[in-house]
Parts: sequence; structure tokens; C-alpha cells
Amino acid sequence: MAKPLLLGAVAYAPKVVTIWEGFKEYFRRHDFEFDYMLYSNYERQVEAQLDGSIDLAWNSPLAWVRAERMARAHGLEARALAMRDSDRDLCSVLVVRSDSRVATTGELTALAGQMIGFGALDSPQANLIPRDHLRAQGLLAGRDYTARRFDELGGKHGDHIGGERAAALALMAGEIDAAWMIDGNYLAFAREGILPAGATRIVARSGSYDHCNFTSICGISAASDEMAARFTELLLAMDWQDAQVRPLLELEGLKAWLPGRTSGYDLLMRAVDDEKFYDAEGNILATDYRY
Amino acid sequence: MRKETYLPPIIDIENLGLDAGAHLLIKYGLGAIPPGGELRVVGSSPGWEVQLAAWCRAQGHGMSMQQQDGHPVATVIRGAADAGRWHDAAHAGHGDAALPGAVADQALSCWGLAARGATVEAGAPDIHFRLDRKDEVWADTAAVLYAQAVAAQWNPATAIDWNEPFDLPAAVEDAVAQLMTYLIENEAAALVVPARFLGQVHPHFREIQALLAIQVADEARHIEVFTRRLRLKGREPALSTAGGQASLKTLLDEPDFSVAGFLLSVLGEGTFVSLLNFLHLHAPDPVTRQIARLTARDEARHVAFGMSHLLWRLQQEPQFRTRLANAVQSRNDALANTAGLNEEVFDALILIAAGEFTPQAIAAGYVRVQQLIADMAEGRRVRLERLGFDKEAALHLAALHTRNFM
Ligand SMILES: [Fe+2]
Ligand SMILES: [Fe+2]
Repeated sequence: MAKPLLLGAVAYAPKVVTIWEGFKEYFRRHDFEFDYMLYSNYERQVEAQLDGSIDLAWNSPLAWVRAERMARAHGLEARALAMRDSDRDLCSVLVVRSDSRVATTGELTALAGQMIGFGALDSPQANLIPRDHLRAQGLLAGRDYTARRFDELGGKHGDHIGGERAAALALMAGEIDAAWMIDGNYLAFAREGILPAGATRIVARSGSYDHCNFTSICGISAASDEMAARFTELLLAMDWQDAQVRPLLELEGLKAWLPGRTSGYDLLMRAVDDEKFYDAEGNILATDYRY
Repeated sequence: MRKETYLPPIIDIENLGLDAGAHLLIKYGLGAIPPGGELRVVGSSPGWEVQLAAWCRAQGHGMSMQQQDGHPVATVIRGAADAGRWHDAAHAGHGDAALPGAVADQALSCWGLAARGATVEAGAPDIHFRLDRKDEVWADTAAVLYAQAVAAQWNPATAIDWNEPFDLPAAVEDAVAQLMTYLIENEAAALVVPARFLGQVHPHFREIQALLAIQVADEARHIEVFTRRLRLKGREPALSTAGGQASLKTLLDEPDFSVAGFLLSVLGEGTFVSLLNFLHLHAPDPVTRQIARLTARDEARHVAFGMSHLLWRLQQEPQFRTRLANAVQSRNDALANTAGLNEEVFDALILIAAGEFTPQAIAAGYVRVQQLIADMAEGRRVRLERLGFDKEAALHLAALHTRNFM
């Protein structure tokens, strides 16, 4: 048997096993040897990729930022091979109850002195980018508003929806005045009834940003460039119309794989610097970060 | 020729947010345009644009925002995913069985539990039903018989006057208890046989499924009323014989739907109709007579289904007649060493037909039971001839039927 291409992925939920077993089967059907390793958190996965333990990594945007920085510090280049169609141009929204004194458009000064809910410390969409957004508007946690963190599963980079859901629940319970969440989760929480129709409104939205990608680091993995190229080719060929493949795409939350792009991470890179999460070499700066 | 600027259709979701159901309006609008086509959306609920962007991303639709006269207008480009899901979908016949091609000769396991006529997504799990061929189960009359059965359901609590006073001689009441004991175990077989097939019939044949289901309910009611009559004067169930149960077990052991229907419904329940009509006429008390009348009506329907299915199957497969004849013969062989109808039941029938414990009454009862047995065989012969057996074969097979009646 040829040495398989080894992918790293983070086990943020039990379905992750189902997903990658399904992918393994799909690649096998196309005569491509593929296997995966699961990590409990993205930090360990990024480090594993840098030491050559895995050939590719299914990275969160924050993991991408770290991998890219660590690679560069080692004189290497990280590449984004592919991404989900549903991971492009996301944005985070700040949600208040309908009776909030904060106006609908722009004017965030009304948030002064209020309690704002954030997701996990390492969540790009529910902590890093939102804090950066408020900072850019001149609002600092502890000085202009009180931040309350809904931290679930550190090291998962906010993949676990639990923190955002807890913040939404706290918002409706009146424990906090506003809550940040990814735009898609706002609709999901409405469907779940956590945010009753008409009971909330969006008062701010972040700039747009991209989410996960398959990361390769040139020159460090044992797998050849051809193997990475074949992996990408087979991935992009996954067809929503194919009944064997569709359940996997549904589980992973996409309709089609797209070629990777790195233009959608600027906002997060700025937030990582401003919030002092990683340094320029990818070292972890955040002191209260547990994973 | 002047080229006109094409503007895609536009919908206004007004102040309805996508957190409150606005996606339904957009979905409906997109339904009218092909994949790749555009739909413009305007709205006024706070944050509707960002909600729409998130929704489009999740649904695989493209979206862009423009300003028009100072108001934001979204353009949604319909993606291929919603249509793509139904690529390679299966179409499982038609809801109305009367339409041509509505009922498939072979129902597919991938149709599973879907309504007949539904569009079934490719990749739905295979659900295997053993009886998935039309010729194995079908009867054109099933829908009509089901409708009749629904209309003819009766409530034991009100349809029978349980309080009507009567008092039988102890020996005759004992005979009634013995007969009811026998009827109950026969009804149990009549319930279990269709119930076992019910779970094996592909739901595509929903008329058959429905008819079997209501037939099972009929038999449950029969067991109820026979039990209630048995207990009416405080008796306990009486004797159950090895021979009787051996005869019924051969019905339970028959794996073929048509053969089982032939043995149980055409021959067994048909014979029971004669027995119940006899009880309606000759039972010594009004409650038993009422019960017999109502249950006979149900049984006649069960016989009609069996006949209808077999006529249909024999029309498709005339050589199946040989298989039916063999089934009667081999059941007879299998039961050759059993006693057949137990003596207690036979004696109970005589006493019931006599009504009194006197030599003269017993003599009359005896003659009536002899006549009943002859009537039963004659009924079987007539039904066999209707199924296309010639006179001689019909007579022969009618006589070979189990002495246990069912
Ligand atoms: Fe019955
Ligand atoms: Fe019956």
C-alpha cells in the first residue's frame, strides 16, 4: 500500500469521525490513499503540521493565521488548498433585544456601560473579530463596556457553537445587553427558537472574512506536491448531485469545495495582533488561554 | 432595435426578517427562476441584508448588494444545490391506484416508506420489504374492501346488547364456553397471519397494507367479543387441543402470502362464515346470536379479499393453481396424524344447536351439525370452482380441508 496522505483535523464534535471516515471512503473509491489524525485542539494540530507529523491540516481561520506565521518564521510557505463555498465572506453580527436603547444603525456609543456577550476566547467570529470591530469604533472592553465571555471548549477556535448559543440565551434572559455571533448562527438560533422572531435586532456587523481551509506547508510534509494536488482535485470534484457524496457535504456544511484563497484573513490577522493572541512568529501570547 | 435593460424580478420582504420567516418568500420567488437566474430582494427589517447574505451562503445561492435610489437592493443568483438534491431522484408510481402505471410491478427498497408517487431523494436508505412484488400481494378490490371495512366497523360495547337476560341449562352454557374457547384460538391465528404479512408488505402497496391492518383490527374485536361472551356467565376458558393448534400452526408457518390467503381466507374463514351463520340461526341465547351475525359480516369481507387476490394472482400466473392444490394436499398430509376438530367442540356444537339437554333436542342438534358440515364443504367447493378448479378437483380439495374448520 502506498503511504497515505495524512490529514489532521480537530475533533470539535462526534460527527467529525463520521465525516472523515466518509472522506476516507470517498478517496479510496478514487484510488487515493488517505488517512486522518484527530487532535483535541488546533494549537496542537498546527504544531504537529510544523513538525511534519501530518501532511495537511483542516484548519480554522485562526489556526491558518498561526500556521502561516510559524511557517514563515521557519522560512517556509503555507498554502490554502481548498475551502468550503459556505466559508467565504462571513460576518459577525452584534445582536440586542428589540427594546434596547442602542439604535439600529452605526451609533455604538449607546453601548457604553453595557454588558456585551462574547464567545470563546479563541473564537475568531465571536471574540477576536468582534473585539477588534469595537476597538476600531473606539470602544474598549473594561473601559467603555463590560465583556462577558461564554467560553466553551478552548482550543477549538469557536468551532463549537455552544459559546455563541449560551450568549444568545443569556441575551434573551436579560443577563447581558448584547451578544456577538456569526451571521449564520443568528438565523440558526432563530430557527431553534432561542431568538424569537422579532425579539432581537442586529445593531452592528463586522467586516467580512473567510473561515476554514485545507492548509499545506511546502517543504515540510513527506507527501509530494502531486499528492496534495490530487487531493485537491478529488476534493473539488465532490459533486452535490452525487447521492453518495451529498451526505458528507451536508454534514460538513457545504454545497461545493472551492479553491483556497488567503485574501479573506486580513481582518482576523489585525484582530490577532490587536488582541495580542499570537505574535508574529505564531507564539501564543494570550495568557488566560486554556486548551 | 433598441436593447432594453433587463431587470430581474423583484420581491419586497417588507419588514419581515429572515429570523421570522422571510426566507419562505425568497424561496418561492427563486422557485420561479432557473438555476443561475437572478431575483432582486428589498426589505426594511433591521439587518435584513446580512441575514439574507448568511441565508444565501448556507443555501448555496450567490448574492450581491447594490444601491438603488438610495436604498439597498440585493440580487440573489439561484444556486444549483436545491435542484441538485433531486438529481437522480426516484419517482415511485402515483398516489391514485386507478391511474395507469400508478402501482409498480416491483416496488424498490430505496423508495422505503415514501408515499406512493413521491419524489424520493437518491441516497435514501434501502428499506427491505419481503413482499415487494405486485403479483404477490395485489387485489384490485382492496381499496373498495378497505372502505367497506371502515364503514362497517362496530363497537362491541354498543352493537351487542350484553344485558339482555337469558339463562341456559348449565350443560349448554358449558358448551358455549367450550365453543368460545375454540373460536378465540382460531381468531388468534386469523389475527397473527395477516399481522405477520402486514409488516412485510412494501408500503407502496398501501391499499393492501390498509386492508390487512383493518383485518387485524377486526380479528382483535372478534377475540374481544368471544372472550366477553365466554365470561358473561362467569365461565373460564375451556379446552384447547393439540390437534386444533397443530392445524392452526400450519397456517402460521406458510410463508407465501397467496398460499396463506388461500388456506386461511378462502378455505378457513370461508368455512367460518358458515359456522357463524349457523350460530346466528341456532345459538341458544341472543348475545351469541348477535355476536355471530356481526362477526360473520366481517369474515365475509376477509374471504372476499382472499378471493379477489387469488383471482388476480391466477390471472397473472395460471399455473399457480397447481401450487394451491398442492398446499391443500400437503396440509392434509401434515395433519393426517392429528385428531382434527376436537370432540369437545363437535359435542358443544351439537348441544348449542340442541339448546336443551334432552334426547329429542340433541337428536335435532345432531342433524343440524351434520347439515352444517355438509354446507361448509359445499361452500368451499363453490369458491374453489370460482377460482377456476374443475368440478372434480374442487370437490376433492374441499373434502381435504382440515377438519378443524379454520
Ligand atoms: Fe375473525
Ligand atoms: Fe377473519
